[in-house]
Amino acid sequence: MTMLAIFRLIASTAIVLAILSTGETACAGFGQPSPWQIGMQQSASPVMDDITRFHDFLLWIIAAISIFVLALLLIVMVRFNAKANPTPTRTTHHTTLEVLWTVIPVLILVVIAVPSFRLLFLQVNIPAADLTVKATGKQWYWSYTYPDHGKFEFDSLMMSDNEIKAAKVKDPKADNPRLLAVDNEMVVPVNKVVRVQVIGADVIHAFAVPSFGVKIDAIPGRLNETWFKATREGVYYGQCSELCGKDHAFMPIAVRVVSDQAFAAWVADAKKKFASGDDTAPAAVVTAKAE
Amino acid sequence: MTTAHATHDAHETHGHPTGWRRFVYSTNHKDIGTMYLVFAIVGGLVGGLLSLGIRLELQQPGLQIFHDAHAFNVFTTAHGLIMVFFMIMPALIGGFGNWMVPLMIGAPDMAFPRMNNISFWLLPASLTLLVISMFVEGEPGAPGVGAGWTVYAPLSTSGHPGPAVDFAILSLHLAGASSILGAINFITTIFNMRAPGMTLHKMPLFVWSQLVTVFLLLLSLPVLAGGITMLLTDRNFGTTFFAAEGGGDPVLFQHLFWFFGHPEVYVLIIPAFGAISQIVATFSRKPVFGYLGMAYAMVAIGVVGLIVWAHHMYTVGMSSAAQAYFIAATMVIAVPTGVKIFSWIATMWGGSIEFRTPMLWAVGLIFLFTVGGVTGVVLANAGIDRYMHETYYVVAHFHYTMSLGATFGIFAAWYYWFPKMSGYMYEEWIGKLHFWVTFIGVNLVFFPQHFVGLAGMPRRIADYPDNFAGWNYISSIGSYISAFGALIFLFGVTRAFLRKEKAANNPWGVGATTLEWTLPSPPPFHQYEVLPRIK
Repeated sequence: MTMLAIFRLIASTAIVLAILSTGETACAGFGQPSPWQIGMQQSASPVMDDITRFHDFLLWIIAAISIFVLALLLIVMVRFNAKANPTPTRTTHHTTLEVLWTVIPVLILVVIAVPSFRLLFLQVNIPAADLTVKATGKQWYWSYTYPDHGKFEFDSLMMSDNEIKAAKVKDPKADNPRLLAVDNEMVVPVNKVVRVQVIGADVIHAFAVPSFGVKIDAIPGRLNETWFKATREGVYYGQCSELCGKDHAFMPIAVRVVSDQAFAAWVADAKKKFASGDDTAPAAVVTAKAE
Repeated sequence: MTTAHATHDAHETHGHPTGWRRFVYSTNHKDIGTMYLVFAIVGGLVGGLLSLGIRLELQQPGLQIFHDAHAFNVFTTAHGLIMVFFMIMPALIGGFGNWMVPLMIGAPDMAFPRMNNISFWLLPASLTLLVISMFVEGEPGAPGVGAGWTVYAPLSTSGHPGPAVDFAILSLHLAGASSILGAINFITTIFNMRAPGMTLHKMPLFVWSQLVTVFLLLLSLPVLAGGITMLLTDRNFGTTFFAAEGGGDPVLFQHLFWFFGHPEVYVLIIPAFGAISQIVATFSRKPVFGYLGMAYAMVAIGVVGLIVWAHHMYTVGMSSAAQAYFIAATMVIAVPTGVKIFSWIATMWGGSIEFRTPMLWAVGLIFLFTVGGVTGVVLANAGIDRYMHETYYVVAHFHYTMSLGATFGIFAAWYYWFPKMSGYMYEEWIGKLHFWVTFIGVNLVFFPQHFVGLAGMPRRIADYPDNFAGWNYISSIGSYISAFGALIFLFGVTRAFLRKEKAANNPWGVGATTLEWTLPSPPPFHQYEVLPRIK
């Protein structure tokens, strides 16, 4: 390597690190759950905005139905207990009521179906993508490939408790949540449509990022596709969402959303860092043994 | 030839074996029903202990009880399989179904009394195979099946090279055969052996519920059997039905499994619905509101329940058209279910209600199943399921419908029919205490699980990110309270058998109008030797 090339390598690495370290960490509530949380995670994408709105709408409906049924039961328990009403009626029919309690639920379901289908098509119809990332689920970690940017690939493993402690020693402000933080995050630019292609290498896994409203199974032999557009910089965590064996709980997904410039710098750095043979994948060379 | 025409005096020894033969060689629906109920109690205790292990581990972040997560996955798998196949089904169908269907339709026994016996005895064999699976290798170097009750391939094929999954498959085959034979028995009995005058539209709703349930089993279990046989051959005989490297498709297994799996959940709740109809009518001292609507609502739930299975598969990469169909079909089920909820309330309306123990459980079921049902409506929408799939929101949903729906139905039926079956009265204060402790306990376990699910906590994980700790702690406390409730139940059963307070033919009064209440408590070994006539 020439002196100029070495200088460029060091400078770009320094720039990337500087930008990433001043970038937002995922505070509780954005990109990860908060203690005693009772609602959905905060949205960082238009699909998740729509999911959140739709869920709020549904929550009103189902709460009203549950409270209505509870109220009827309480009324019945008070008005028609044996002491209050010693003589039962023999009523077994009431056509109007029976029609109402069939037709009104149908209407409620139709009212639900309209935004439901809209949300479904928003999720499944993938818009024109700005970039593509391929996520491969493996036992028990994720590998990310960037086919649009030189096809580099790297592994993303959960940070162990010791690694988290070590990172805290190096930088007391570092936020690496246990069971969510990874060594190499998937990095994407903000406000860009990212097409995510997902596949499983061995058993079925599932790629999920709650803040983006994204979840898709990683199935061997099947290349699935989904998309998201992150509207806010930060780090967003998800966890493998299909039982895949003993370390299913320990293969998280971390997506760092950065500005266009930071993304370009990271790509340049990643191409070098993750050039084939240079990544952190376990380099297991399997020699065929006679059985 | 005199033995073929036994006289009436010889009847006592003919057809009434004693000792161990009475139960091992039984051809009596009441004895077989009792065996199923005892077996269900055992299954419930084992399944409950497994759930205690799960909640003990999940009480705090970190791994405290299980030194590796595979053992935890084995516990969750076994908990699900045992509660479904060795608690709920034996209690509701094998237990109360066998006991009460012949009594309610005026039949002396089931159509095939001896086949009834093998249906029961296949279950201890099935449970044995499942327990064995927990002690042989599953995942490399670790015992037991850690693939969930859904045993998806390839985790259950290449992911579990040891024999544990094979034992589980054979266990499921036996349990499935038990239910298919039982279905044949129930359908034949209900269609052919109703007493003169009892048309289909006059038979009790509990009998309707059993008829719908066993039809679902008859249609869905063979598909499960096919799917798990293909799993067995993939694992052992070189086929690649579910292996992409051989041209197969893991998603095919999911279709085959859930084609059974979805009707199965209606199998678990519909008999409870039937029992609730009898109990609500009895204690309201009014006939059930809208009998035909109730009967055909159950038929509708069953029929539509056969064509909605892929709502368990919204994230596999299905086309939007397919997802849209399954959303619509799944939501349709809410309509007949709502008809039932409102009809039970309308039955109570204008009634003169005594809140004895069975009625407490029934009213509890009506409210809590509604809560579980509405979260099901939420999950039916694929757009939202995208977020909720494989989170604790789903766990909360199915436990509300099963642990607070089907299980409350089991206890309601238990307290309602225990006097008839045993001839003894339970103590009302113990029954009520059991209800309240369980009600508080199970709600504490499962309501907070909606919260952690909404916050994004995945299912089937032995350890979780620290911020999920708060509600998990509450949930675990609830499980200890529920366990105490189970102890109260066992205490109450023991006391009833020790006190021997005799129960009347009909302890419940004028509201109990079905035929079993005309018989002594307990009924004679053979009943209806002269068939009743129904007006």
